[in-house]
Amino acid sequence: MAFLKLVNLEQRAGDKFLLRNINLEIEKGELFVIIGPTGSGKTTLLRLIDLLDHPYSGDIYIDGLNITSVKGDRIDLRRKMAIVFQKPVVFNGTVFENIAYPLKMRGIRSREIAPRVKSLLDTIGLSGYGKRKARTLSGGEAQRVALARAVIADPELLLLDEPTANLDPHSVKLIEELVIKFNKSRGVTVVMATHDMHQGQRLAGRAGVLMQGELVQVGSPASIFQSPDSARVAGFVGMQNVYRGRIVANESGLARVQIDGSVIDVVSELEVGKAVDVFVRPEDIVLSLSGSISSARNNLKGVITAIHITGPLSMVIVDCGIVLEVLVTIKSVEEMGLRMGLNIFCSFKAAAVKVLPVK
Amino acid sequence: MQELWEGLVQAVKLVVSLDPEVIEISVRSLYVSAAAILIAAAICIPVGGLINFHDFRGKRVLINVIQTFYSLPTVVVGLFVFLFISRAGPLGGMNLLFTPGAIIVGQVILIMPILTGMTISALSGVDRSIRDTALGAGASQSQAIWTIIREARFAVVGAVILGFGRAISEVGAAMMLGGNIRGYTRVLTTAISLYTQEGELVLSLALGIILIGIATVISVVVNILLQRY
Repeated sequence: MAFLKLVNLEQRAGDKFLLRNINLEIEKGELFVIIGPTGSGKTTLLRLIDLLDHPYSGDIYIDGLNITSVKGDRIDLRRKMAIVFQKPVVFNGTVFENIAYPLKMRGIRSREIAPRVKSLLDTIGLSGYGKRKARTLSGGEAQRVALARAVIADPELLLLDEPTANLDPHSVKLIEELVIKFNKSRGVTVVMATHDMHQGQRLAGRAGVLMQGELVQVGSPASIFQSPDSARVAGFVGMQNVYRGRIVANESGLARVQIDGSVIDVVSELEVGKAVDVFVRPEDIVLSLSGSISSARNNLKGVITAIHITGPLSMVIVDCGIVLEVLVTIKSVEEMGLRMGLNIFCSFKAAAVKVLPVK
Repeated sequence: MQELWEGLVQAVKLVVSLDPEVIEISVRSLYVSAAAILIAAAICIPVGGLINFHDFRGKRVLINVIQTFYSLPTVVVGLFVFLFISRAGPLGGMNLLFTPGAIIVGQVILIMPILTGMTISALSGVDRSIRDTALGAGASQSQAIWTIIREARFAVVGAVILGFGRAISEVGAAMMLGGNIRGYTRVLTTAISLYTQEGELVLSLALGIILIGIATVISVVVNILLQRY
């Protein structure tokens, strides 16, 4: 039996759907990441699970108990969970008081509280900060305090709502390490929301993609990244080259797709006439000045319209009738003398093209 | 100018020498207004919390009405309470008129709007994330409300100080309900009013200095306490 189970969960604000048809099962001890762009409903979902808000309809089960049907303050249920918000929230008091807060609320005696807080301060790398006023901490430090406060009462379920969204890279790394550590050493089930696909890949055992209030794909981060199962997921996980077309020919699995004026070869069993979305990863396209040097089935001639340099890599935009984004190294840009207006060939294998039927 | 200066010097002497009458009036003033503010705080802070944390029809209107009563004239409160507790009034049987208790009742009514209204604005100034964090950390509803009041403690204590200041400095209700009876209901403000009319300016000045002194000391002490905790 799944530890956390969401069944047909739905939330509305007036007539507007914030979440719809959410079905998800998360096992005990899992580190599950909800990935989605800003405004996709991640916070709404976590707030429902944490019993801070009531769903419009649907059920949430924890350990088999339907927590949405329980009446009253539900304090026993809420005390099984803890949450960390995107914006670090600390109470106006010392760091010690902040971390001790959940234990105090549970009526635990000061004598027992002190050593637990101290041990956690060591874990989060803030030894000796106990007497500091929490409001004077940096954003990253405050978020580590918030994380410590969340785990001190040993929750069974830890909900993290983009805890690293506003932090510097060093703090992000520290928080990520702590999340993994608490997940492993305390066995706490973690549900973490993030808009950062790469953070999802770094942390998650499994991930779910939430877009416009719908859970559109669930699986391992690698599978979501490699084979997104819809155009919008593809766009979100960094598949820049997403096109809509129609299958115009298919000879035993080798199909041709017409996209506006261009035709590309793909591997697909879909029948002729079917509308499809096709994606090509920018790193799967090879540029060449002469064309036909590769064994790739697709060789499109085009002209470079822009070159964006991002670190050691460059994104080259080539207009071949369809506009392709191609990822190449800075070195290649220099060696091939790539520049705006240059005629160039874009080559990619038929098997490198991901094809999905339009629903 | 000379007269004022000499008056001030003698007034300071009266205060420093712990003149029995000055002390007696000051202590009564403190006791009456402290009782009023404690009673008002015990009522208004929870009521302010209730209003702030619940959504209901007419909430906005209610808050506006409360704010309008911030500037309730003290003599109107005096008159209103007088009508209730005078012999012929509905509460006449309690024999409250012209007792310190009557002044306390008047002052409680006088400062309730300020205390309630300022509690509401203090609490509404606390970010919603504090409540979510408290509930998310396993606080009960009442523990969460208490946490929010603690977060707003500067503003809430500010409201209490303001209420105390209004109570101890008002003269209308104290005069009409207490009657300024020497040794029984005479407080600093009614005494100053009477002694000034009688030409006892030195005594009036001494009492005035004490009145300002009390306000200053309380404000300073409270601020020190707040900074420490």
